[in-house]
Amino acid sequence: MIKLSLVTSARLARLSLSATVSAVLMMAAMTPAEATKTTLNLGMSVEPTGLDPTIAAPVAIGQVTWQNVFEGLVTIDQAGKVQPQLAKSWEISPDGLTYTFKLQTGVKFHDGEIFDAAAAKFSLDRARGEDSVNPQKRFFASIASIDTPDAETLVLHLSAPTGSLIYWLGWPASVMIGPKTAADDKVTPIGTGPFKFANWAKGDKVELARNADYWNKNAAAKLDKVTFRFIADPQAQAAALKSGNLDAFPEFAAPELMSSFDGDARLVTRIGNTELKVVAGMNNAKKPFNDKRVRQALMMAIDRKTLIDGAWSGLGTPIGSHYTPNDPGYQDMTGVLPYNVEKAKALLTESGYPNGFSFTIKSPQMAYAPRSAEVMQAMFAEIGVTMNIEPTEFPAKWVQDIMKDRNFDMTIIAHAEPLDIDIYSRDPYYFNYKNPVVSALMRKVQETTDPAQQNAIYGEAQKILAEDVPALYLFVMPKLGVWDSKLKGLWENEPIPSNVLSGVSWGE
Amino acid sequence: MITLLARRFADLVITLLIVSFLIFAVMDLLPGDPASIMLGTSASPETLAALRHDLGLDQPLILRYGQWLAGVFSGDLGQSYTYGVPVAELIVERLAVTLPLALMAIMLSVAIALPLGALAAARRGGIFGVGATFFSQISIAVPAFWVALLLIILFSTMLGLMPAGGFPGWSAGLLPALQALVMPAVALAMPQAGVLTRVARSAVLEVIHEDFARTAVAKGLSRNAVLWRHIVPNALIPILTVIGLQFTFLVAGAVLVENVFNLPGLGRLALQALSQRDIIVMQDVVLLFASLVIVMNFIVDLSYLAIDPRLRRTR
Repeated sequence: MIKLSLVTSARLARLSLSATVSAVLMMAAMTPAEATKTTLNLGMSVEPTGLDPTIAAPVAIGQVTWQNVFEGLVTIDQAGKVQPQLAKSWEISPDGLTYTFKLQTGVKFHDGEIFDAAAAKFSLDRARGEDSVNPQKRFFASIASIDTPDAETLVLHLSAPTGSLIYWLGWPASVMIGPKTAADDKVTPIGTGPFKFANWAKGDKVELARNADYWNKNAAAKLDKVTFRFIADPQAQAAALKSGNLDAFPEFAAPELMSSFDGDARLVTRIGNTELKVVAGMNNAKKPFNDKRVRQALMMAIDRKTLIDGAWSGLGTPIGSHYTPNDPGYQDMTGVLPYNVEKAKALLTESGYPNGFSFTIKSPQMAYAPRSAEVMQAMFAEIGVTMNIEPTEFPAKWVQDIMKDRNFDMTIIAHAEPLDIDIYSRDPYYFNYKNPVVSALMRKVQETTDPAQQNAIYGEAQKILAEDVPALYLFVMPKLGVWDSKLKGLWENEPIPSNVLSGVSWGE
Repeated sequence: MITLLARRFADLVITLLIVSFLIFAVMDLLPGDPASIMLGTSASPETLAALRHDLGLDQPLILRYGQWLAGVFSGDLGQSYTYGVPVAELIVERLAVTLPLALMAIMLSVAIALPLGALAAARRGGIFGVGATFFSQISIAVPAFWVALLLIILFSTMLGLMPAGGFPGWSAGLLPALQALVMPAVALAMPQAGVLTRVARSAVLEVIHEDFARTAVAKGLSRNAVLWRHIVPNALIPILTVIGLQFTFLVAGAVLVENVFNLPGLGRLALQALSQRDIIVMQDVVLLFASLVIVMNFIVDLSYLAIDPRLRRTR
């Protein structure tokens, strides 16, 4: 039998101890230097897939490039209002069919190409053309033809009045692109914005640099360099913020970790609104959801406040229709079908389900969905309704099952598009909801360009949806901002998904 | 001998071909359409059709398979739907993270497991032997991503010594790049080290009573010399086999650790491609993983032939 002397293990132990000490010392020496005050490291949960918002839908694309690299004829500001941008002014003919834009002069793309009426026409023609793969091609459907009488004038002739057109032209999908460089924008985006694309280390980060030749001196970037870093895991996001690897995380992914920043003097937290409406859509063509009383009963069985507490740590705003407090003409509809178990039971009995029924919810994997579904499951049980939860992979399986095949009873999803209340008039759309009154209202919105009139119509639509509940309206997702307290100018609310950085700077 | 090698090689090629078709067919069966994911929920059917045509998704399966395979043989792995760049470029970029990470993890786990296993065998029953067994039990039981989180909390959040994640790139210099890989490599190495400690311990135990060991002791060599010069080298064969197999596990199994540390490695690429249904990227990455496993097995087979002359006789 072979035995080793103790000397060996003691020596080994000493050796490994000294190795550990030197390793720790080495790590200390390698700690990264403090960021200088003209750069910004900003975190996002999702990496964009491609960088051209005019050919793919993912929100993350616009959150990197919109307003930073690419600009539109008009833009949408922090308050959700349309503002002039590459078009300095416009006139709409009284019949609402002709839009005449006066364009800015002296604007150049980052490669030196001139932005003029021809480039604007090119951008819009590409978006509405036959081969277009623009995710919002429907925005441009009413444009019949485009004229460019001179380099500074752009004239759109419409086939029907389109009251939302100006708003839509402010969207990421409507940005102006350079005719020469458009084909490569997916990998090397070239726009007219205050930042130039510098580098994309796929899977890790996108870097932008200040555009020294930016046309608009009033909105020029204050930062020299911006790095968007993509970190999916919420724990890793929190660690990156606390360790100073990141300066800001405008849309932090985990509400339950928000309080963990409380003791940190360097960081501030800001809770704002987004356009993300968390709703439980039902298949309105299917029994028993084709009965309005059943849908109302389910709505009244839900205590929205408790649901937000359980699903999203109490951070979020209850809603009563498909509209957010950011949106123009918002009305609080949470009182239309308030939490009332007795009334919900009575409605069920009235509609022929005194003993309830059972159905399945298809729940995508994003944290808010299964958590909300579990709370709803308990609340539905109170009125005798059994809900089974079926996890459904998003986006692939979800899009297939719900959007395409419409093979579902109920699902839950955060609708990210601003002002998309018109989805209830779209046919086909996954709710299978058909209401001629809503459809007529949505047509009427497009027939006027007067914001006051539009808001009144949106108000009516909100009322009808709150009564009719084609989907259970739950809450608006909060915008959980965490950033360095010296950082100024980041948006606290999000009327459109974005990270607008031209106004961002470091203070004292 | 030559015929045997040729036969083994033919087996390898046929296996790879079958696997490649299976990969292609299975990916095709997955629910979800890359075009509709790219265009989102507002896209009209015509826009969708236009994109499907652009991507070549409207062609029959067997034709797409043929094109893909021909591409793979000529070194063209196709173009990523979502990133819009050649897949080969993506994979090479990602391998530059995952391969060094796997190598570091292997080296770490060998550095921990070999001495620990050998000493545990030599001093079994003693406190060292019990300690080593305890270590291997714990490190096998604890998941790598959890170790990863603990490391981040300790070294990044509390002590502020290490970056919490991300990868600066090799262009940023050797030191920052290696620094970014240290904690992930430790997290990845721990479970492997546990397994390897056990293998090393039992391998050493098997040869510890062999005649040559007794002879060496009789010759008057010190116990240490006997262990490290005679016993460990003779126990290396099973250990090397396990290391070879572990390597493929490490490359493929880095997914979770890469996610926690936010490293742009191959595992993250595969995960992202899956959720986006970037089918071409998935097919290429899975083919790479599968090839790695098959080739590793082939090499292990060959090494057996090299070691044991009895296996070389053609059966």
